[in-house]
Amino acid sequence: MMLKRRDALRILGLSAVLSSSALGLAGCGRSSGGANGPLRVAMVNHVWTDAVRSKIGEFEDLAGRRVLVSTMTSDQLSNTYNVKLNASAPDLDVMMYRPLQEQLLFARNGWLAELDDLLAEDDDYDWADVQDAAKDRVTIDGRVFGVPVVTERPTLYYRRDLVDAPPTTLTEMLETARRLHDPGAGLHGFTGRGQRAGAVSMFSSYLYSFGGDFIVDGRSGVGTPEALAAYEYYGRLLRETGPIGSTNMTLEQITPIFAQGKAVFAIDADAVYQNFIDPATSLVGDRTGFAAFPAGPAGSRPFNIPSWGLTINVFSERRDAAWEFIRWASGPEMTLRLQNEGVPSARDSAWADQESLASFPPDLAESMAAGIATGVGADRPDVVQVGRARDIVGRPIVASILGDDVAASARDASEEFDDFLVRDARQRQL
Amino acid sequence: MAIRTLEQENRRLKWTMLAPALIFIGVMIVFPIIYTVYLSLTDAFGAVNADSSFIGLLNFSDALSDMRRFWPAVGRTVVFTIAAVALELTLGLALAMLLRRPFRGMRWVRTIMMVPLLATPVAVGVLWLLILDPTTGIANTLLGFVGIPPQPFLGSIAQSLPTLVLIDVWQWTPMMTLLLLAGLSTLPNEPDEAALVDGASPWQRFRHVTLPMLTTTIITALVLRSVDALKTFDLIYATKGPGGGSSHEAETLNIYAYGLTFDYQEYGLAAAVLVVFTVIIVLIVLALRRRSAKAS
Repeated sequence: MMLKRRDALRILGLSAVLSSSALGLAGCGRSSGGANGPLRVAMVNHVWTDAVRSKIGEFEDLAGRRVLVSTMTSDQLSNTYNVKLNASAPDLDVMMYRPLQEQLLFARNGWLAELDDLLAEDDDYDWADVQDAAKDRVTIDGRVFGVPVVTERPTLYYRRDLVDAPPTTLTEMLETARRLHDPGAGLHGFTGRGQRAGAVSMFSSYLYSFGGDFIVDGRSGVGTPEALAAYEYYGRLLRETGPIGSTNMTLEQITPIFAQGKAVFAIDADAVYQNFIDPATSLVGDRTGFAAFPAGPAGSRPFNIPSWGLTINVFSERRDAAWEFIRWASGPEMTLRLQNEGVPSARDSAWADQESLASFPPDLAESMAAGIATGVGADRPDVVQVGRARDIVGRPIVASILGDDVAASARDASEEFDDFLVRDARQRQL
Repeated sequence: MAIRTLEQENRRLKWTMLAPALIFIGVMIVFPIIYTVYLSLTDAFGAVNADSSFIGLLNFSDALSDMRRFWPAVGRTVVFTIAAVALELTLGLALAMLLRRPFRGMRWVRTIMMVPLLATPVAVGVLWLLILDPTTGIANTLLGFVGIPPQPFLGSIAQSLPTLVLIDVWQWTPMMTLLLLAGLSTLPNEPDEAALVDGASPWQRFRHVTLPMLTTTIITALVLRSVDALKTFDLIYATKGPGGGSSHEAETLNIYAYGLTFDYQEYGLAAAVLVVFTVIIVLIVLALRRRSAKAS
């Protein structure tokens, strides 16, 4: 049957409308409501997020605007940003991000709004109150791209019922872990991150405490004798006293191992201490002690970093509202309230508040103070392509855990890292 | 005014009716493929739309000369696919033969068999990750009851790929069984009965009567599962994370390309790897289809 010309034109017109509508919806990507629409905030699953989320109603009342929060794991969040910002999507306003992992790349791509003017004009926000090291990490060439909201240091989690006094040196910790390691009885001496890239941030404290660094004078530092000693120590610690399968472990695996009473020691971030001792999930919360990162040959030199910050999507149509949210969520008042709930902040005023410090277990507060005093402001190589760098410098960690030739692995990684650094330096231009 | 013939009118109408589908295919399939090929010829890094230069086939030569990541990933992709599909075919065929004749409770058995197919690969990955956790998982507790020492499973460099193959077999064997059952139900009974009268054993009847008649169905099932297994991503990423584990022990081409894109932001190189991957898949499908055409 043949359709009449008029019918055919109707069908064509309808198809064109449907197609353009569909394409418009898919391709345009405009956020709903324009400048007056709800504020869209992307956050990571974290204790800071849990604490601030319970108070968002206050901001909604204050600003007269709805806030839509989506939470994800750190990898999911990073991938979401990559997809959305590559498409210049305006449907993200406030972004929780890792200054040490993503900032250089995102700023280079032109994806982050600059906050200098906003910070300069806002006396109530008190930018000077933010710790200098944290400010450095969100600043590139004098331009500020985000604000830090939570800081982290490694702390030594240990079983008070099994260990009289926490070890103060790495050597002592290894000896005690070896002595108490009894896998047949379901008890391991130590548990820690062993997955190649995931372990790098925690390994950094061992590296610094052995006197090494990832980059020395612009060149790879992973082949130095200090780095080699750190790699060998960390691998031996996990190989001889850790659970089987350590090379696949991240924080997600080690938390339940410690919380179920299957490890004497664990070293991980202090900001997540509640996950280790929460009575709802931990069998050993009441028997868990905290101590400063044990000293290596170069002393106790843990990382002390602003692990998470807030920033504004440069494509957002609600940048003013996004700043209002950021100044509310990370201003002096809210920071103090959050620290009172056990979330370590990046503001000097909160750390100076004795009542706020009392919210942490006393030995944890001491460990934090020690970390702040001796800490290094980075826990991974300071490069644009952080993911690739972590894969390279993490390779000797795995070789060491497996008992392979650490020197050969470190030499190989060092050569690759040197080549990588040359290319990365070219990509660093903002 | 020229008078149009019926044939001319029909031709115009045909294109009019096809237009929405063609636009959809152009935007959703053709454009991404062309753009991927374009990206593969550039040094795109950081952001897809950032300034990039045309570098010809350099990404392809970089990928094809990469003995550290690319070729091992190709090897793992092939090993994973062949091992998983071979096991699924063998088990699927055995189950299909068992389930071929009606029996009491058949509907229940078939329904239970469908359960793994209903779960998403990520959920399956997380479920097995918990079961196989070397320290806290139930698998090692059960092994302990029969005196087998704890195994690292996915925590081991050596055991990861075989474990992933077994998880894939657990999830997709029912699919193979259903396809082969459908094929078996269409076969005529006469040849089998004739072989029975001639005194053929059950194995001889299966080997020389049933199997040859089922060849077309088997090849169709193989094509479907092989393409799917080659592209496996969710299960591996959910259990082994970025890079397929600490020594890239489970890094297949899909995982490698994903890592290049999202962990390294190397869009040009990732696109080149994906183009090579697509060519490999197309060649395999063409080879299997040719075999299928011969068999039928």
